Amino acid sequence: MTPVLETQTLCKAFGGLIATNDVSFKLPAGARHALIGPNGAGKTTFVNLLTGVLQPTSGRVLLKGEDITGLPSYQRVKRGLARTFQINQLFADLTPLQHIVLAISQREGAATGWWRPVGSRSDIVDEAEALLRQLNLVDVRDQRTETIAYGKQRLLEIAVALAAKPAVLLLDEPAAGVPETERHQILDVIEALPADVTLLLIEHDMQLVFRFAKTISVLVNGGLFVEGPAAEIARDPRVKKVYLGEELVDV
Amino acid sequence: MFALLSYFRPDTATAAGTLLAPVRWRPLEILFWLVAASLLWLAPSKVLLLNEIAILALFVLSLDLILGYAGIVSLGHGAFLGVGAYAAGLLGKHGFTDPVMGLLIAGAAAGLLGFVTSFLVLRGTDLTKLMVTLGVALILRELANKFGNITGGADGLTGVVMGPVLGLFEFDIFGKTAYGYSLTVLFILFYVARRLVNSPYGLMLRAIKGNSLRTGAMGVPTNHRLVTIYTIAAVYAGIAGALLAQTSQFVSLDVLDFHRSADALLILVLGGSGQLWGAVIGSIAFKIMYDYLAAITPQYWQFWLGLVLVLIVLFGKGGILGFVNSSREWLAHRLGKGAAK
Repeated sequence: MTPVLETQTLCKAFGGLIATNDVSFKLPAGARHALIGPNGAGKTTFVNLLTGVLQPTSGRVLLKGEDITGLPSYQRVKRGLARTFQINQLFADLTPLQHIVLAISQREGAATGWWRPVGSRSDIVDEAEALLRQLNLVDVRDQRTETIAYGKQRLLEIAVALAAKPAVLLLDEPAAGVPETERHQILDVIEALPADVTLLLIEHDMQLVFRFAKTISVLVNGGLFVEGPAAEIARDPRVKKVYLGEELVDV
Repeated sequence: MFALLSYFRPDTATAAGTLLAPVRWRPLEILFWLVAASLLWLAPSKVLLLNEIAILALFVLSLDLILGYAGIVSLGHGAFLGVGAYAAGLLGKHGFTDPVMGLLIAGAAAGLLGFVTSFLVLRGTDLTKLMVTLGVALILRELANKFGNITGGADGLTGVVMGPVLGLFEFDIFGKTAYGYSLTVLFILFYVARRLVNSPYGLMLRAIKGNSLRTGAMGVPTNHRLVTIYTIAAVYAGIAGALLAQTSQFVSLDVLDFHRSADALLILVLGGSGQLWGAVIGSIAFKIMYDYLAAITPQYWQFWLGLVLVLIVLFGKGGILGFVNSSREWLAHRLGKGAAK
């Protein structure tokens, strides 16, 4: 079976600094995979190469077997690769409902309609409401996004990505910055994501990683250090060494 | 009482209801257009001023589409006004005297310029945008000056002949036809703009203005959207310029002057950007202030204008309309409390 997302000998150099070093990585469909690594390991660069924010120095990125290396970000989304951001990237003036309606309209090819008003397509509105319900956002549906709680904004970040009905969802530190009291909401939502969505979790927080990830890749100095099932990685003494000072949770 | 309450607090129980709330025409909006039309008969001595206001409002409205909705800053929006004015003027001078045809051709000419220059404008930061738009406008003004054999140069373009509007309404020296014509065009284009900004495309523009990184990650080709709105706004400004040329039957280099672009920006901030009505209300306020203040203190009216602008930017976020909206919310809040008792 072809992996849903794959990189082949991917390299990225910024001048003399090699941020991504010969990464060949495969993500099978339906995976619950985590990408971890100490600070400065090149996680962000790798994500930017996957999503098309950066162009690699060499190597290829394939989505469902198709070469997407040269495609701009928005084309990759259209082909099924969606992401959330480590720092919320939302529309401060818009309501959560408007966010979702826009994202669904874009997916449905209805976002260039310029005559009929937003909200006139009941199928889009209904789907948006269902998604808001699924992500516990009904109570803030019509509030300006900048006024809602941070935890809710993180949920909206995930909801917008889900509205694209992606084949692969990249979650970039989904619980980052969320207060302890609101954290469980995010975890519950991630846990309840449909099994056919392939998840790639880019994470710092080991508790979260071992709760969701079945398989793990460890990135060190831009290269793949070790890959394997979560339980093996947790026991791997080399990984512990890399995370010097950072404690691994026992599974 | 109930009708009054439902006006202040539209139905927001359903998701579709909240999305569609801004689309509904409010009584005040309808009243505005009725009053504007009736002034044709009620204030015949003021129609020349009213005509100027209508044209100015259309021009500022076009700036609102790119600045207020899409977040594209411009210091050279007058370029499109000028191209539209010269296109319409030249058509009238060379025997194509049908006003509506002239409007459409002038709008298309300005739109073409907007489309081509959008690729220069839409790269880089806000500062780059300001400089590129300013530069394009300066170049056009100098071209119009240089090719005096076509444009009339500093003497202006004279001999513009206009036929009757739709073959029915001759332009008269009092400006009644002119005002009726400009107001009709403003109304039609306002209506179209109102549909546009409330559509998915319009909401997406606001989203792009808010965070283009996110719209890109939603799968939106952000730059395509911006090129389109920049072109549409150029068409609008070109039509405003054409109205100016057709109703005054004269075009001078002044249409390409920097103050046109600067005034438009100032009026938009004064009225409140990103709400369409801000452009209209701002234009009215600006023209009336100009008219009265210039009559009282011809030398110093800009002092008062400057003062009002500073106060609005510092204290009244959202311009005149922002002030009206916050007062209305306050009133609705009070009314709501009263009803609950």
